Amino acid sequence: MNHWPFVIASYAIVLISTGMVVLWAYIAMRQSEKKAEQLSKKK
Amino acid sequence: MHAYANPARFLSLAKPLTLWFLVVGVLLIAFGSGYGILAAPADRLMGDSVRILYIHVPTAWLSMGGWTSIAIASIIQIVWRHPLAAVAARAVAVPGALYTALALATGSIWARPTWGTWWVWDGRITSMLVLFFLYLAYIALANASSEKGGVSRVTAIFGIVGAVNIPIINRSVVWWNTLHQPASITAGGSSIDSAFLWPLLVNVIGFSLLFGAIVLMRMRAILAETKVEARLRRMAAE
Repeated sequence: MNHWPFVIASYAIVLISTGMVVLWAYIAMRQSEKKAEQLSKKK
Repeated sequence: MHAYANPARFLSLAKPLTLWFLVVGVLLIAFGSGYGILAAPADRLMGDSVRILYIHVPTAWLSMGGWTSIAIASIIQIVWRHPLAAVAARAVAVPGALYTALALATGSIWARPTWGTWWVWDGRITSMLVLFFLYLAYIALANASSEKGGVSRVTAIFGIVGAVNIPIINRSVVWWNTLHQPASITAGGSSIDSAFLWPLLVNVIGFSLLFGAIVLMRMRAILAETKVEARLRRMAAE
């Protein structure tokens, strides 16, 4: 049995999921911090 | 510890640390994974499928480390009432659940060529599946009962009680018959050859730093959302 499709599938799933969760966390953080900054400037 | 109970002081540390963890984590993962795919030797028995080791072990490590962090943060929340402990526990939940799912997925993919099956209801795999369900339940509880960005006492107690599953996962390969191999790295040393061990450690450290960056970003987002909610409430009251 050729093991390489299994190896590539594992790496692809983990690295893509990791990239997506980093992006999600970063975007959520930037949006929340931007909203907080805008509100703190309002009197 | 209480020096960083003040969110502003915590954020002054979290902001530079987030970038540092992210960059170093990504570099280590790139190096460890690249070496694992391209340069690491194949195993005598498992062949090239051993390369999944460098991805599967870090995800499993993070899944258990994540819940352990939730349990510790929950104890700190209940005993010392540290205001950021609840925020930290909530921040760990989603990435912890994700890495548990990834550990199950990569384990299943590795099992097919190694054991001849995608799944088996043995102690290790079943207890990891239980951990995944515990994460989902924790996330549901946390979302239903969030208080000032953190989690309620009920959710914290759930986080502490759920930690009983962690030593069960760890000891499962000793207590029960299992296809899963026993622990190779223990307090007493390692039975893994150094050719496999050092790229594994590089990836474990890399993924841990990246997980830390994700948790810090989640904490910063939750603290900002709490600030926005408080400000909107004050504006509505005026």
